[in-house]
Amino acid sequence: MYLDNSATTQVSEEVFEEMKPYFREEFGNPSTLYGIGRESKKALNQARQRVADAINAKPEEIIFTGGGSESDNLAIKGIAFKLAKKGKHIITTDFEHPAVKETLYFLESLDFKVTYLPVYENGVIKIDDLKEAITDETILITVMHGNNEIGTVQPIEEIGKIAREKGIKFHTDAVQTFGKIPVDVEKLNVDLLSLSSHKINGPKGVGALYIKKGTRVTPLIHGGGQERGIRAGTENVPGIVGFGKACELAANQLDEHYEKLSSIRDELIDKVLGTIPEAYLNGDKEKRLPNLVNFRFKAIEGESLILLLDAKGYQASTGSACSSNKLEASPVLTALGLDPVDVHGSLRISLSPESEKFDVDEFVDILSEAVSRLRQMSPLWNDDLDYDGVMCKKHGDDCRMC
Amino acid sequence: MDYSEKVMDHFANPRNCRKMEDANGVGTVGNPTCGDLMTIYIKVEDDVIQDISFQTFGCGAAIATSSMITEIAVGKTIDEALKISRNDVAEELDGLPPIKMHCSNLAADGLQAAIENYKENNQ
Ligand SMILES: Cc1ncc(COP(=O)(O)O)c(C=O)c1O
Ligand code: FES
Repeated sequence: MYLDNSATTQVSEEVFEEMKPYFREEFGNPSTLYGIGRESKKALNQARQRVADAINAKPEEIIFTGGGSESDNLAIKGIAFKLAKKGKHIITTDFEHPAVKETLYFLESLDFKVTYLPVYENGVIKIDDLKEAITDETILITVMHGNNEIGTVQPIEEIGKIAREKGIKFHTDAVQTFGKIPVDVEKLNVDLLSLSSHKINGPKGVGALYIKKGTRVTPLIHGGGQERGIRAGTENVPGIVGFGKACELAANQLDEHYEKLSSIRDELIDKVLGTIPEAYLNGDKEKRLPNLVNFRFKAIEGESLILLLDAKGYQASTGSACSSNKLEASPVLTALGLDPVDVHGSLRISLSPESEKFDVDEFVDILSEAVSRLRQMSPLWNDDLDYDGVMCKKHGDDCRMC
Repeated sequence: MDYSEKVMDHFANPRNCRKMEDANGVGTVGNPTCGDLMTIYIKVEDDVIQDISFQTFGCGAAIATSSMITEIAVGKTIDEALKISRNDVAEELDGLPPIKMHCSNLAADGLQAAIENYKENNQ
């Protein structure tokens, strides 16, 4: 059973069918004038309308991109470059997706100043912190809607109101929330909003940036003038068509999916916390996505837990350093103020609308057995060892790499 | 993670994973902050490792290397056991992913620490 839908999802049957003709029969370039090009153009327009409808935007406010990461880059660099003369201060949070965080680090190297708001133990920012951070130099606020590791949801509407009052541009990364909770650009008071197709049962490598009418960004990809000159390059027609269909389906079934997923989620949280000793939920219990939970278990390491679960047919993920390719504990969980030892024992489970067959009782039994098995092996669980004396002998207490 | 079949076998069916109450040498190495903490227990008689066991907090590779070293070291004299290197353990497991060679391959260090502890206890 695939429980890692925050990482990516399977393309749905309907989406796949919709895409198929655009690989061979309808292969035309949408910029050309003859029949087959016109068909592609029509398909592109329909997809744009579908994406726009799904988030209560106008079609001309949708720019298709190569995915969520590109949308984030375009929004942030696009505004920063456009407004650099006005000011060079940007506000964000402590636990953004790397597509935002690394973009901001890059801008810091170009002398932009960035304020990182704390997310506290519950993984939600405080509005007062935001108000305090705003200066005359602030040109952009970028705060993610739903966090991809712990699933907490930020008060976007409220942030948007403040940004608007102050005349500051506001971007949100809605890659994880879209299709899970309502994403309405008017209600959320946003100027820019990032979407990605492969998190909503659409194809990979395609996404969109909503840019509110009147908001101007500097393009990142220059060329043949596609996407109103904001994003050059012959459009990924099959991908965009699939994305459009996925948006339509996600929007139409939002309420139904929300009900279904949040009830599975709540059952899962109750049973895991009720059955397994020293198990904790990461992030706020209420302000969260319906499809994503993140737990931590004392005295065990996440990669071994993932391997044991995989052996039983469940695919999930962890923020443990041991499973990252940099051997670095999850920056998101670290931003919550968790001890690195506790971050090791984290487990992320993310559902999709297709997870209705997910048997919570059976899963919790298997999880519980895996956790206690690893705890039986763990000196941290069984002993009252004095760990202060047991640090890496080669590199000292600060060693993170050996 | 790209683990060999042997690593997966030792991870899934760890050998000699238990606390040893009557050990006469115990060594703990690693750093829970970075992900591994390993305790090796040995019982030495007439300079020979008669019994060896471990407890490990860590990734698949950390558990597999701990398990493997118990198989390599049992029956060896402490001088022979001191010569077991990190590479020996990795080789017996048909290799480890490069990133794990350094971080999780602590078992040889753990065994050395246990032997040092045994020597201290028996001076
Ligand atoms: C919150 C968030 N933003 C951005 C991205 C990047 O999207 P993409 O993989 O389409 O580039 C992801 C997914 O990895 C995400 O979870
Ligand atoms: S970093 Fe793992 S033991 Fe030092």
